[in-house]
Amino acid sequence: MANLLYTIAGIIAFSALFLPLLRMIKGPTAADRAVALDVMTIISISLIALIAAMAGRAIYLDVALVYALISFLGVIAVARYIERGL
Amino acid sequence: MLAGSILTLIGSLFLLLGALGILRMPDVYNRMQAGTKATTLGSILFLMGIGIGYCGCVWKVTILILFILFTNPLSSHALARAAHHMKIALTNRTVIDRLREDEATEEDKC
Repeated sequence: MANLLYTIAGIIAFSALFLPLLRMIKGPTAADRAVALDVMTIISISLIALIAAMAGRAIYLDVALVYALISFLGVIAVARYIERGL
Repeated sequence: MLAGSILTLIGSLFLLLGALGILRMPDVYNRMQAGTKATTLGSILFLMGIGIGYCGCVWKVTILILFILFTNPLSSHALARAAHHMKIALTNRTVIDRLREDEATEEDKC
């Protein structure tokens, strides 16, 4: 029962990954694309944690942590570039 | 285990709502609100459900939750400020824009 619920949650989160992708293709400005990328990163961090839990390997959580760090740095860099150039 | 799975399911619904807000909102700033708030709550619930359901990875999940909780508003704030500085137009139903008024008064003083 619990495994089925975890699987359903994973499917819902995975399908949520495609809506920001549409916004990223369509988005009129660079800030739209950066926001969409941020949301996609957070959803994929959650999915990586779910995969780590279901596979029973706690070391995959390190991947999620490093991915969160790199995405934070990337968004800050994009915002700084938009605001005043490199 | 069952409580954790229910928490994860609620979190995934919040993630879906946040992604839908990214697609449907009319404006960059509205998109930022929907994307940041709903997604932060959703990912916190999702990771909390994973940490409750599967023992053995509680500390790393806690660190991940704290990291998301601290960095997500920061990056959203920096992006919103950059978008406002880039003079991206607000939607035509916007009532008030305090930051623009503040910048106008600052320029008057100088």
